[in-house]
Amino acid sequence: MAKVVVMGAGVSGHTAVTFLKKWLGNEHEVIVVTPNSKWNWIPSNIWVGVGQMTKKDVTFDLAPVYQKAGIDYRQAKAVSIHPEGGKDSDQPYITIEYTDPSKEGTTEEVAYDYLINATGPKLNFGATEGLGPDGGHTVSVCTADHATHANEELRKLMDRMRKGEHVKILIGTGHGMCTCQGAAFEYIFNIEHELRQAGLRDKATITWISNESFLGDFGIGGLHIKRGGYAASSKLFAESLFAERDVSWIIGAHVTKVEEGKAHYELLDGDTGVEEFDFSMLIPPFAGVGLKAYAKDGSDMTDTLFAPNGLMKVDADYTPKPYEEWKAADWPRTYQNPTYKNIFATGIAFAPPHLISKPMKSPNGTPINPTPPRTGMPSGIIGKTVAQSIVDMINGAAEPTHHASMAEMGAACVASTGKGLFNGTAAALTVYPVVPDFEKYPGLGRDLDYTFGEIGLAGHWIKHILHHMFLWKAKLKPGWALIPE
Amino acid sequence: MAENKHTEHVHHIDPYSPEFETMVPTGMVKFFRTCVIWQFIRFVIINIKMLVVVQKSHH
Repeated sequence: MAKVVVMGAGVSGHTAVTFLKKWLGNEHEVIVVTPNSKWNWIPSNIWVGVGQMTKKDVTFDLAPVYQKAGIDYRQAKAVSIHPEGGKDSDQPYITIEYTDPSKEGTTEEVAYDYLINATGPKLNFGATEGLGPDGGHTVSVCTADHATHANEELRKLMDRMRKGEHVKILIGTGHGMCTCQGAAFEYIFNIEHELRQAGLRDKATITWISNESFLGDFGIGGLHIKRGGYAASSKLFAESLFAERDVSWIIGAHVTKVEEGKAHYELLDGDTGVEEFDFSMLIPPFAGVGLKAYAKDGSDMTDTLFAPNGLMKVDADYTPKPYEEWKAADWPRTYQNPTYKNIFATGIAFAPPHLISKPMKSPNGTPINPTPPRTGMPSGIIGKTVAQSIVDMINGAAEPTHHASMAEMGAACVASTGKGLFNGTAAALTVYPVVPDFEKYPGLGRDLDYTFGEIGLAGHWIKHILHHMFLWKAKLKPGWALIPE
Repeated sequence: MAENKHTEHVHHIDPYSPEFETMVPTGMVKFFRTCVIWQFIRFVIINIKMLVVVQKSHH
């Protein structure tokens, strides 16, 4: 009997563990370790952040779902990995610390035959002084609780506006190396939409600030969409929307410090500035969750398994090379750790070989460039793919049998620009492949036949339907496995 | 005085500002964005396109 342990129950981890159980049945043991008691459909958090949904709408309790599926659920955070076993045994194991209130603080060793690291990101608010809702001066929409708080602050702001006050709103990224520009994009335009619906739009100056070198980069170097016989850059469409909705922009920015009502930043050209605000949501940079790894003799071998940013090394080409030498083949395909063949990392937890966007820095040497996004669709596909490989390896395969490179995979994304059954809009787009392949698609890096985008009510309907669909799937309701990642 | 219904919704744009240098939708484009009948047709087409990309992405 094999024991498969999955650390993390986000989009990628939950996908992996549920398919593992479905395919392995009761013959093998499937264990999930996550510090959270609830699953969160993160793409809808921006709607919680503007009061269009509540935390209850975007989360559900994990325990009953896992119990029904026969998955061993440990509400705990993973602390360390021991891939060679310990003093008394060669059996690999992880150590966990319970966050379950009934056992809070208790530690335990969990043995494994196969391990998936799907721990996702640490929201690194600490990387920028004054960033974040806990002790900082900005709100967040990264978690359902953060988004609930963001909406409360937004409502207070709107009360001030109703009394005649003109306010400044600043939304974007809170560090030069952030990803997730898409979430900030959704939030800024949902706020703009809500203010218009409330008749308060003229009481707000709304500004975007991000680390992108051009609007529409989104961490993937932008994309091109066919329009009127042309392949038009996402820069054109992004700037168009900003111009249309009277949202100004500051780009190529690394936010260095946030004080009460002020965000200090440095630009790619070395200039510095201060942007005042009455309300601000700035995405934090991501890092690994801080897992450690130890050899059999107890010595620290964290840097064998993990990159300096805390994300796990997989089958990517990590050879340092300039942007001009990057290739699609640098990107991982099986997500297997190169040193320990029974360890995999999926979703945001794997270490990318390099950025997707071109690296840039200011004359002071400050890196100001988006880091690679791993959105829901790639994260889910990678989780399922690794589950398939592990099942085959349990059944005798020597190597992973399935692959899912982001350079051979597309992403379908829907970015809300305002919620409303008949007056909402969203940008529905696909990009193929996620990581551009300039050898296969010279010039633009992507297949124009499978890369498209448009804004409209249809996109909003799609996003709302996907909300319900993926919650249905995650709750393992009838037909869940038929819904594609 | 000539009226320009195509761009009255972007009256906030100042000449030679960054917003002046990009493209903005005309009133017709904005209308079709929330025209229910047209958007229902787009809903069907977008879903088909997305499903094709999803299918192409699963190996």
